[in-house]
Amino acid sequence: MSDLAERLGTDARRGVIASYIAGNTLAAIGMLLILVLTVLALGGPWLVTHDPLEQSFLAAGQGSSAEHWFGTDSFGRDVFSRVLLGTRASLAIGVTAPVLAALFGTWGGMLAGYFGGWTDRLLSRFSDLLMSFPSLLLGVMIAAALGPGFRTAIVAIAIALFPRFLRLARSATQVVRREPYIDASIASGRGPFAIMARHVLPNIAGPLIVALSLWIATAIRLEAALSFLGLGTQPPAPSWGNMIREGMGDLVGDPWPAAFAGAAITVAVLAFNMVGDALRDLLDPELDA
Amino acid sequence: MAGYVLRRGLEVIPTVLLVLTLVFLALRILPGDPAIAALGEYATPEAIATFRQKLGLDQPLWMQYLSFVGHALTGDFGVSMTNGTSINALLFGSLPYTIELALAATLIGIAIGVPLGAWAAVRRNRAPDVVGRLFALAGFSLPDFYVGVLLLMAFSLHLDWFPMLGGGEGFLDQLHHLVLPAVTLGVVMAAFVMRLTRTSLLEVLRRDYVRTARGKGVPERWVIFKHALRNALIPVTTGMGIYLLTTLSGTITVELVFSRPGLGQLLIGGITARDYTMVQAGLVVFAFFVVFVNLLTDLLCAAIDPRIALR
Repeated sequence: MSDLAERLGTDARRGVIASYIAGNTLAAIGMLLILVLTVLALGGPWLVTHDPLEQSFLAAGQGSSAEHWFGTDSFGRDVFSRVLLGTRASLAIGVTAPVLAALFGTWGGMLAGYFGGWTDRLLSRFSDLLMSFPSLLLGVMIAAALGPGFRTAIVAIAIALFPRFLRLARSATQVVRREPYIDASIASGRGPFAIMARHVLPNIAGPLIVALSLWIATAIRLEAALSFLGLGTQPPAPSWGNMIREGMGDLVGDPWPAAFAGAAITVAVLAFNMVGDALRDLLDPELDA
Repeated sequence: MAGYVLRRGLEVIPTVLLVLTLVFLALRILPGDPAIAALGEYATPEAIATFRQKLGLDQPLWMQYLSFVGHALTGDFGVSMTNGTSINALLFGSLPYTIELALAATLIGIAIGVPLGAWAAVRRNRAPDVVGRLFALAGFSLPDFYVGVLLLMAFSLHLDWFPMLGGGEGFLDQLHHLVLPAVTLGVVMAAFVMRLTRTSLLEVLRRDYVRTARGKGVPERWVIFKHALRNALIPVTTGMGIYLLTTLSGTITVELVFSRPGLGQLLIGGITARDYTMVQAGLVVFAFFVVFVNLLTDLLCAAIDPRIALR
């Protein structure tokens, strides 16, 4: 781990990552897909061909056509427009939750790694406990406490991912803590938090950014699972997970909403996995927890 | 070793208490009164008071906490708030479906994942390896419930080989109902097992004793199966606890796809119906599973690798 932190501290800044991704076919495809997904998420409302919430019983349960590219669901809503707008919910949660987890996890890990002792024992024990629960189960537990909803999904996924960042930041901080420039900074009278922000954080940021890109894939999958269970994004707002849930009601007559929404989840998770895998192979095979 | 078993066993006590406390607190921060949630906004104050009394919600928080911990530890979860049936009866009815599914999926995952991973490692960078790695990437990217939906569409709706819904009656029928959900979770798990087996075997194949065995003229097949694979499977075995728990949480979504009357269905049903006692019981049982499986995994690891017990 110490080796990892050292390598990343220098490598990440030299732009090695960018050139590696460009040279790796799978990672390049993944990067391209992520760009497309980002454009779709940002431009969603302007790119849709129909109002994704507009119901029409005359058009219900249709297959693919020139008018409705992905067909319509049992309420007659345009599946293409709903899948497209679902990109927003998935990416919004899929990116926000890991970023929050990274923020709290990094500071928690830095506190644990910098101060050691009881602070470390308490924080590590707590994150071990959280880690012992599968992330979906943890998400369901938190949703049970907070009640279903968009914000619940963010909080639940952030809490599920938080200990993974804490661990990473903690071990990286322990390495940096031993560096002479930290002692020099202490001697010059700087407080612990100033030192963490100024000296520790920039030196441990590399592995955390890699972890962030890896966990976005997990977060998108978790969001879909929670919405599928009815605990995440609430209908009628479209999300890929709740489209599959609604599509389950009429798989015989109209399998398309579920099929297309599931395909969208798969593509998004695949894209982040392809980039994440390449980064992990480049930086450390053991990063996969 | 005996000392380690005892120490690790005793560690369970604070963990269980901590988990119970978290479940208790989690359900108390729920915004809104569970009584109003269950009875509706137009319930009379008397009805709400009776209801709160029945659930013990009128007592001070520490009394509620002690009675919650006591009941959880003795396995008495009271009655469901929405339909008045005994939660213990509901739990005992649903648990077999969930446990069978998790175990069957784990078996399938190992049966597919280990040979595929070994094959990929032995034929590194050739066709089997590429196929294996693409399989793993697909397994990591396809959500399990979507795999379930696809299998359901193909094998139940179109081919009509397997029943669509429920858990089945009688042994053979139950087995018939188990196939698709178990394959769903098993295939996804196989991706994890495959990747771990591959990495681990590649690592072992670089070791000196493998080179020595080859140098001695031991047939390649023998080197792989007798020397390398055996050692390579240690991390796979120790990873079992993680697989089992991931699969266990996967049963929640897959049970919903196949309308299997398991624990996940009870829990999700409880959350949706705001059945406070049901949710509480479901969370406690799932949490106990996690603590118990983690304990077993640690003991299993120590049995395989005695150095762990000495730390």
